[in-house]
Amino acid sequence: MRLLTHNFLASNVRGVSTGYPLALEVAKSSIKEVELNADFLRGILPKLDWRALVAAASAAGFPDLLAAEQPQEAELFADGAADAEGSAIRRLHHALLEIHVDEGALVCPDSGRSFPILKGVPNMLLHEDEVRH
Amino acid sequence: MKLKQLEGLLGGLTQFADPKVELEQYATGPHIASRMLYTAENSFDDISGKVVADFGCGCGTLAIASALLDAEHVTGIDIDLQSLELAQENATDLELDIDLIQCDIKNLNLAGLLVDTVVMNPPFGTKRKGADMDFLSMGLKVASQAVYSLHKTSTREYIKKAAIRNCNAISAEVLCELRYALPQTYKFHNKKEVDVAVDLWRFVPRARDERAS
Repeated sequence: MRLLTHNFLASNVRGVSTGYPLALEVAKSSIKEVELNADFLRGILPKLDWRALVAAASAAGFPDLLAAEQPQEAELFADGAADAEGSAIRRLHHALLEIHVDEGALVCPDSGRSFPILKGVPNMLLHEDEVRH
Repeated sequence: MKLKQLEGLLGGLTQFADPKVELEQYATGPHIASRMLYTAENSFDDISGKVVADFGCGCGTLAIASALLDAEHVTGIDIDLQSLELAQENATDLELDIDLIQCDIKNLNLAGLLVDTVVMNPPFGTKRKGADMDFLSMGLKVASQAVYSLHKTSTREYIKKAAIRNCNAISAEVLCELRYALPQTYKFHNKKEVDVAVDLWRFVPRARDERAS
């Protein structure tokens, strides 16, 4: 599971209000490099929950990867930023699409219910008595 | 990528060895899957550079087709762990990165507007009534751009009405009618091959801030 998926995944245990954002616990993670697509990042920037992403990156072992507040577009998409080592856009790309959580858990902020992540796959299945009717 | 090339790559995927009747695990054949995704990409620009979710991904055919057509991020969701493991293997074989989530589609909860396009070959609802509509209404809740789905042609009028009236679709369009050749997957199929007419649909969800709920 990459952190982009974490950014839209919520818990649906009966009785929770939003079930979002899920607290991330990471026992094992890995990095797989992929090509940076600036147009894609520009498009999703307004739709991201920045705080949830910062918390997830921190949980995955990268507490200093992202700024606490979302950077301005002008900074992120400045000429040459995509090719500049350590630029804000490269760090955003890394956080969203290159960090994989292989083992760990997702914890519902409302109910405390923990959903295990095994072999990269979060198990969001609910027990019978947790399902909304 | 050309249609034939896409179909060829999908034809090489490993299918269910032991499909589960209760989940209506019919694999989406390479012919249908390639046409579905090729149309989504080339006629509507709904795949390349997008965030795509595959509902009930099974062995991952539609998710993998999306990744092959340069979706930026693909998430396959299925209730069945064995299917997800197979999807992972299939993606790895083609050196594609897809994310996978184990979840019952009717209990899915996705926040925000990050998912652009949902693709699915839902259970037809013959084993568990309403399963197809659970998938469709969740797809229209989650997608911000479009939902592609397959439904039996015999249910066309019903699907159209239900999608618009109950599921937040502002448009529901049949793109083409396909023949779904169900191989003799299960023992209760007594004819050698059952040919079912299915519609390839494209649904457009109502913008989030215009929804009644």
